[in-house]
This record gives sequence, C-alpha cells and structure tokens, in this order.
Amino acid sequence: MKNIKTKMALLALTALPALVQAQDLAAMRDVSDERLRAPEPENWLMFRREYSGSGFSPLDQITPDNVARLKPVWTLSTGVTEGHQSPPIVNDGVMYVTTPLNLVYAVNAATGDVLWEYRRQLPFDLSLIHPTNRGVALYGDKVFMATSDAVLVALNARTGEVVWEKPVADYRTGYYMTMAPLAANGKIMVGVSGGERGIRGFVTALDAETGAEAWKTYTIPAPGEPGSETWPGDSWKTGGAPVWVTGTYDPALNISYWGTGNAGPWVGDARPGDNLYANSVIGLDVDTGELKGYHQYHWNDSWDWDEVSPPMLLDVTRNGRTFPALVHAGRNGYLWTLERKPDGISFVDAKPFVYQNVFTSIDSVTGRPTYNEDAKPGLDKPGSFCPSLSGGKNWTPAAYSPETKLLYIPANDNYCSTFAGTPVEYRPGQNFTGTTPSEAFIREGADHIGELQAWNVDTGEKVWTHEFDLANWGPVLATGGGVIFSGGTADRYFRAFDALSGELLWQQRLNSGITGVPTSYEVDGVQYIAIQSGWGVDALRMQNRLDTMQGRKNIVPQGGVVWVFAVENE
Amino acid sequence: MRVSEEEKSGFELKRRHVVACMCALSAGLPLHASAQDAATMQPPQVDDLLAYAFGDRAGQAVAIDDLAIDTQQVFAFALDPATGNMRNGTRMNQVVLVRLDPATLTPDTAARSANGVVAYSGVCSHTGCDVTDWNGEFKRFQCPCHESQFDPHDGARVVGGPAPWQLAALPLKEIDGKLAVAGTFEGRLGFPQPGQSPFGI
Repeated sequence: MKNIKTKMALLALTALPALVQAQDLAAMRDVSDERLRAPEPENWLMFRREYSGSGFSPLDQITPDNVARLKPVWTLSTGVTEGHQSPPIVNDGVMYVTTPLNLVYAVNAATGDVLWEYRRQLPFDLSLIHPTNRGVALYGDKVFMATSDAVLVALNARTGEVVWEKPVADYRTGYYMTMAPLAANGKIMVGVSGGERGIRGFVTALDAETGAEAWKTYTIPAPGEPGSETWPGDSWKTGGAPVWVTGTYDPALNISYWGTGNAGPWVGDARPGDNLYANSVIGLDVDTGELKGYHQYHWNDSWDWDEVSPPMLLDVTRNGRTFPALVHAGRNGYLWTLERKPDGISFVDAKPFVYQNVFTSIDSVTGRPTYNEDAKPGLDKPGSFCPSLSGGKNWTPAAYSPETKLLYIPANDNYCSTFAGTPVEYRPGQNFTGTTPSEAFIREGADHIGELQAWNVDTGEKVWTHEFDLANWGPVLATGGGVIFSGGTADRYFRAFDALSGELLWQQRLNSGITGVPTSYEVDGVQYIAIQSGWGVDALRMQNRLDTMQGRKNIVPQGGVVWVFAVENE
Repeated sequence: MRVSEEEKSGFELKRRHVVACMCALSAGLPLHASAQDAATMQPPQVDDLLAYAFGDRAGQAVAIDDLAIDTQQVFAFALDPATGNMRNGTRMNQVVLVRLDPATLTPDTAARSANGVVAYSGVCSHTGCDVTDWNGEFKRFQCPCHESQFDPHDGARVVGGPAPWQLAALPLKEIDGKLAVAGTFEGRLGFPQPGQSPFGI
C-alpha cells in the first residue's frame, strides 16, 4: 500500500468518483474462497476482514499525521432504532450493512447512493431480547444474513432479491440469531443465540447454493456422547451454550473456531458439573462439523460470562518458540493464549486484563481455574463478582495489527455484579436465567470504567491503556497507517488513537452512541473509514445502571446512521 | 429490493403463507388445524374466564380473592367456558393480572377493572418480551429485557425505558367471584417494526 500512498495525493472531498450505477453492481466480482483467504487491501469482505479475526486493514493513507483532517463524506440513516452492531462490509465499492430487525442496505461505498434494500417482516409474536444484527457474509454472488427469527436468508448480491431462506431453529423456543455468518468451502455457518431462554446451542452449516443443511453440531453433548457426563439429568436439553459471534477459521487445518456462551440457568448449582462445552472455544471441521478440539475457559459458569468472542488466530512467540496460537480476551477478564493443532487445542497461559476476584489459581498445564467460592453465586446464595456479568470484554471484537504486533482490547474494569440463584421453571422461549435481579456496584476507589488496552502478544505485557470515565462498548479497527479506531462510550464520540502510543489523535461526535464494528476500505484510491452508530441493547443497559449509581444521566438518543469518513485535502 | 410490483405482490403473498405455516408448525399444530386449535389462537372473547397460564394451577380459573393487593402480576390466558379450552395458541394472547387499590386507579382504568384487578397484554410493546417483573416500590410492571416500565394504575402507560406505547388493556368483569373478559383488547398488541408508523396502522 505504500506505493499507493506515494502515488496518490489525498483527494479533495469534492473530487469523489462518479455515481455508481447498476453496471457497477454487475462489474463487482463474486466472492470466492481464494478472495476470502487473501482479501485485497481495498476490500472488507467479512466480519473481521480476515479469517484470523484480526479486524486489521492494511490501508495506510490515514496516519497519525493526517487523521486530524478526517471528515464525514456521507451518512445514511437506517430508519431503525436499537443497537446497531454491524460492520459495513465492502466488495469492490459496494457496501452491505445490516440493522436491528434485519434490514440490509446495499450502498455505493464512495457516494452513499442506496442501491437496494431488503426488509424482513419478522413474526408478530417474536420476543426480542437482543434487537441487533452483526452483519452479512458474502459468498459467490450472494449476501447472507442470520435473522432474529432464526432464519438464514440468502440474497442476490446485485439485486437484493431472496434466493432462498431456511429456518435454522424454532424462534418460539427461544432461538434467535444475531451474528454475521461465516462463509467457507461452499458452506455458510451460523450459530444461535438464546442462552437466557433454555436453548441447546449449536453451530450449523448450510450449502451456500441451496440452503440444504450440511451439518449441525450441538455445543452440549447428548447422553452417551463425550462430555455428556458433565451435565446432570436432563439439564443438557436446556443448558444454553449459545454461539452468537462469527467464528474464525484456519484454512490450513480446515477448522473453524467458535466461542460458546453461558450455561443456563445462570448459577452453576442448577446444573452441577463442568457443563461442556459452555464457556469454551470449540474447533469444528468445516466440511463435517466434527469437534476437533476444545478448551473450556471456566467450568460450571455462574456469572453469565459468555465466551462468545472467537479466538484470534495469531502466530505467537513464547520462550523463543513461535507457534500457531488462539488468543482470546475473555468475558471472564483473563487474556488467554492457547495453541491450535490439527488434533486439539492446548493451554499455554492466561493472565487478567481487568480486576477479577473469582479465580484463585489457574492450573499451569490444563488452564483450569479454581474459584473463590464467596464470589460464585449459588441457589439462594448471593455472590458478588468482578468483572460484572457484562464481563471484562463483552462481544465487542478486539483487533490485532501485524505491524505493531499489538492486540487492542476494548475493556470494562471496576464494574461488578451481585446476584443469587432462584428456582426457575422451564417454559419454551421464556426467560430461564433463574436469578434474583442482578445488582451492579463499582469497585471501591475506582476512577474509571472503560478502557482501550494494547497488549504485546509475544511478551504477554500490556503496553498502553486509554481510560474512559464511561463504560466502553466499542469494537476496534486497526489499520496499516498506524491508527486505531473505536467508539463505544455514551458520549457519542468516535475516536482515533495512535496504534503505538495510545495517544488520542482525533474524535468526532456522532448522532448516537457507537457499538458498531468499524471498517476501512478503498475506492478509486481513497481510503475510507466506516462506522454504524446507534445506541441500544446491553451498552444502553449497563450505562443506565452506571448513571443510576453515579447520580447522573447520559441522554443518548437512539437511531442508526452509517457514517463514512475520509481525510480532507489540506 | 428491486422487483416489479407484480413480482413483489406475489412474493409477499407467498411469504405470508410461509410465515403462517411456520407459526402453525412451531406451535405444535397440524397444518390442517381443527376448529378447537383455531379457537386457541383467538384473542380473548367477551365472557371468557381468565385462567392461570403457567405453574401448578395452570388452566384453573383465577378468582379475585386469589390476588392480594399490590403484589406481583400473574400471567393468564382466556378460557372459553363453553369448551374449557384455553386460548393459549399464541403468546400474543397472554395477559398480566394485578390487583390494586381501586381508589388509586385513574377513571379509564377503573372502568376496565373488576374489584381493583386490571389486565393488560403481557407482551412488551418495545421488542415483545414477556412483562414478568414487578417493581414493588412504585407498583409498576417492568420488562426484564430492556427495563421498560408501565403503570398499571393508569392504562399501563410507559413510565420508564424504551417502550414506545402502553400495553394493550383488557376490560374485566366479575362472574361468581372469578375474573372474566368484559371487552376486547384496547390498544396495540406487539411491537413496531421498521417502516411501520408508531402512530397507527
């Protein structure tokens, strides 16, 4: 990209390319496995741009020296409220972005012209605990979206017409989907949400052309299967372990890696045992769905610590040895380094990245934690624990730059929870958490909550931290220009940081709070930064609780807008 | 989506059919539902009794004296007294019952009440979750999903959180000490979707 940088003077914002017409949609290339494995620098073809989950764009026009001149180029109101968490995904100048309640917009990525839209009519009797969507998958000539009523929809990428739609699960029993699908080897893979509603989680793969089910692998083994001994009685049928963030994929091993969520009900006393494979990473063969390995981050979960963020696939060096690693900043507040192998996953090390009062030790060989029982809620037994049920890092994706070799983690520190377990009756599709209402508290002496952290994955040391008074729910973008982008706070700022030092370089107030996934792409030689704003769901809930505790009120109007920025000429 | 009007109308017709079939399937109903099954999908009808929706007493009629004043709401479905069938074929039929001090009700709410008992849709107008929680301090319903609050003394109007409008109200009357339906739902059921006006259909 350096050559582009030297060749191209930064274009004036008035010198934008001509409007993209229908022929530009026709000229757009189909998305092949080869392109997904080695995406062109100018494109952002999947949830985290690369199968490794890096969230890194090599584009380098925007640098610490010029980012102060970043200006909005175009915006697009989505017409929808609630939590907007979708990355603007770009293929050859065409942007695809989703919204809560499952709209898809195809937009000219340079001009903002809307090329087509798809609106899903959701069932009247749907119960939406998390009204959000985290984006599309592109594959072949189609666009794929997983919906709130648990249907996988395939659209014609050029027209938005429905090619096929396939129910993946029954929404009336508590299943729903929010993730961007994962596309590879002719298959579209999705996981399901519903860990608060007594589902049995799974990942399934559908044929990209027909929607026919290729395989379905449950995250909770049935009786007689390995691991089933970790669930008492019939608890496996309603034990949760949802999968609601897009997995990562190692093409060399042909293994996809998925993070699994909380077991249900929330307190472990309700289901004594380790509860495999809740709160774990699982490795699934992309062709067969066979479980190729797993690591459970914490057993008998009692804290609602979904470990749904998939691990990043990085090469890590420890003690002079470089190995293919899985790196995961956990909701349980620990940064995990594992080794991925053809036949399994092995523990390397883990250390806390926020204050955590639950783990008293971690086995140096297996990685299995021991617990401070006082901080473990049980049936009729309150437990107070840090980080809160929202975690040290929630679903919000971290990013990794191969240039700085730093991992950027959006974190929340000093914010803690208390609840106790209560008996709960299973009713299909209804709340199955079985706790007293969770109460929140701030750790004594704390002076901030939100953080953006940078870690050297080789040394295992934190390099810098930027602190926020407010909670931070901002997914992170790393770029080749040495600039990190993220929003996430209730003050509605979208920010740029120096990737090496953490210095705040630029910030822009948007229409609403930002929990969207920022992306970067290039059209006609201009690098753009794209982000969807739109406050809602868990970020809203957590900040409201903080406000109540701190005797203040952050007013954050809702409403989704896609914002696209570029550097203005001097 | 760019399709011709003809194609569009055809597609929408097809999809409505698909969705209807999915609902029937997922509710455990055969595709050729019987009249009895169809009755379970009907919204509450005048003279229906109110019966406990869940738990040990599911299906039993709710007596006014079962409910203590200012205590947590009870989930109920309408019960056809002629057939004994619950109208529980869809969760959109579920109502929440709460007994309040009659002197604290607004006139409109009092007119729909029976001995201080009021009934509302149990489906939140925000994103459709069950309105299961009770705020005892302020005597309000609270939705567990996004903490919308509704005041049952005053038409279940929104008094907190993101819900766009009040819960639909179900007028009640008393028949032999039991709660019965006095009218059809007043207000909108369900939650708004993109493109729908929040101010009407």
